[in-house]
Amino acid sequence: MTIRFDKLGVVIAAIAAYAALVAPFATFRANRIVPGEARSVLEALPTAVGPLLLAIVIVGALIALLKTPLVLRLAASVVALIALAILIGIAGSFLTPAGNTFARISPASGFWLLIFAFTLLLADVLTRLNLSPWARVGVLVVAALAIGLLLISGQWNSLSILKEYANRADSFWAEGSKHVTLALGSLAAAVIVGLPLGILCHRVEKLRAGVLNVLNIIQTIPSIALFGLLIAPLGWVAAHVPGAAALGIRGIGTAPAFVALFLYSLLPVVANTVVGLAGVPRAANDAARGMGMTDRQRLFGVEFPLAFPVILTGIRIVLVQNIGLATIAALIGGGGFGVFVFQGVGQTAMDLVLLGAVPTVALAFAAAIILDAVIEMTATKRRVETA
Amino acid sequence: MIEIEGITKRYDETTVVDDVSMVIEPRTIAVIVGTSGSGKTTLLRMINRLVEPTAGIIKLDGKDNRSLPGYELRRSIGYAIQGHGLFPHRTVAQNIATVPVLLGWDKARIKARVDELMTLYQLDPEAYGPRYPHELSGGQQQRVGVARALAAEPNVLLMDEPFGALDPIIRNKAQEDLLAIQKRFGTTIILVTHDMEEAVHMGDKIAVMDAGKLVQYAKPAEILAKPASAFVETLVGASEKPFRLLSLGRVSDAVEKGTAEGEAIPGDASQRDALAELLWSGRPALPVKGEDGKPLGRVTVDGLVKRAARPA
Repeated sequence: MTIRFDKLGVVIAAIAAYAALVAPFATFRANRIVPGEARSVLEALPTAVGPLLLAIVIVGALIALLKTPLVLRLAASVVALIALAILIGIAGSFLTPAGNTFARISPASGFWLLIFAFTLLLADVLTRLNLSPWARVGVLVVAALAIGLLLISGQWNSLSILKEYANRADSFWAEGSKHVTLALGSLAAAVIVGLPLGILCHRVEKLRAGVLNVLNIIQTIPSIALFGLLIAPLGWVAAHVPGAAALGIRGIGTAPAFVALFLYSLLPVVANTVVGLAGVPRAANDAARGMGMTDRQRLFGVEFPLAFPVILTGIRIVLVQNIGLATIAALIGGGGFGVFVFQGVGQTAMDLVLLGAVPTVALAFAAAIILDAVIEMTATKRRVETA
Repeated sequence: MIEIEGITKRYDETTVVDDVSMVIEPRTIAVIVGTSGSGKTTLLRMINRLVEPTAGIIKLDGKDNRSLPGYELRRSIGYAIQGHGLFPHRTVAQNIATVPVLLGWDKARIKARVDELMTLYQLDPEAYGPRYPHELSGGQQQRVGVARALAAEPNVLLMDEPFGALDPIIRNKAQEDLLAIQKRFGTTIILVTHDMEEAVHMGDKIAVMDAGKLVQYAKPAEILAKPASAFVETLVGASEKPFRLLSLGRVSDAVEKGTAEGEAIPGDASQRDALAELLWSGRPALPVKGEDGKPLGRVTVDGLVKRAARPA
């Protein structure tokens, strides 16, 4: 029997080997701002547990490396990820000196690389399994529940990022909801304005190039510059329009952040609406007119349903982009997870940066998976043929 | 009856349709033939006002077609196009029901009509009704397209190269189906094509268009016998003329007295088919049978050859 290697498995195994044997597993710091000392897998975990993790990683890497059945690969990735998630918590309690509340234990590059390697394996398996959209959302929910369970169980409480969280539990959820409100609110506004604008651009050819070019230019303005540009007009509005200040409109704060996110969102929504409508088969459009549909009936009965998957793709781009971009809002007092990122940068406390960054990434990731599933569901039902 | 009076369409300086006048009798098929760019499709689209004419009037049963809003006019006129234009996101049954739904028919009446049309077109309503267009073959899609055009029982049906995308065998079948349905419903059909064969086969009258002008509008036999210009002559195809002329006549009209050996040919077959059969089998004569199977007489090569000659 010849031994056959899996192409992606070679990469995964190489990363896992480096991460487990060379890179540090956890970092120990005497307090939250001093530089850390690296701890390897064997140093970071109790006597019997370290070799156990090494064994799991080695077996998992071998399964990834060779051509093995999908079920085995799935099992290897899930077992490795669960083991890593639980053991990093154990490393936290093990490395913290008894009674010491200043010491900080955080996952180090080895841990993150191992997570990356086995997530890659899991993602590869899930892609090859060709899951239905519902199943993908199901996997997401299960993963979210598992992480939630670990958080509630207190397994990770000895890790630095959760110590930062414990100090800021109240503001974490407040900033979190502000973050989501900013991202979703600006998306909703962009859809409300962008869809009609896209339809207009589709119908009136003269407008199309002009509008899309303006939106393109807006897209290229750096976010900080855009905030700066918005201070003057919004400040003027707050000072001169009665009631505007009461609504929270000011030169800095949430209002300019909202406006900036809204402006950035317009291009994907408008452009995808135009592309989607242009992709409606000519014959279907002609038949719709020829059979006596009014313009409105044609728009809602034929063009819109057929363009919907493409428009939804634009909305997906906007949502993921907004969840990431909303981090910048903290710069001008707009709130959101960015608050922790910028505080952390200011205090050189990387754990605090992570407290802002990790939920942002997780939110964007989840939003992408859910919207991808929705897009696929609408697209398979309404398959557009190339007639 | 459709009366087209002095219809002209200009886009900026280009005249696409130039002062065309013609009358289409009720319950007949008029075929508009021409090369691409001859203005035949534009002329068709002005009848249901998908294109508004620059000048001239079109009357349907004596009424100016501008007396109704465009969309209401179009709901009363059937419309079928090349590549069928079915809505990919709607099922076959929903596609066929499009115009009845726009007209606000009640559900039971819509269902009855959809089932009737699907059965007429040999598509089982139970099996095919809930399917999506991309799950059908090309021929089935085309049938659904025509069924959809006929759904609201229109008196007039406009067809723009409806069979253009079909392979020859399915096209023949679709043409026969359309002729049968036209007889059954008595619909007035205006059909645009670039295929002279199709025009001769389908049309009660043929309108030949060239560069926006109506060059000749006459019965197929007359178009073949007396082409009005060199252009019509080319379109007809000089070497095809005698055979196209024969294809217009039925065998029963060419029957002579007497008997002949061999398998009988049915009286409603075309004379062209009879001649082909005679030439292929190398015989001078064929027996002819009526619809009831009774012998009617015979057709001869000599008789058919005389009929293929240019009419006086």
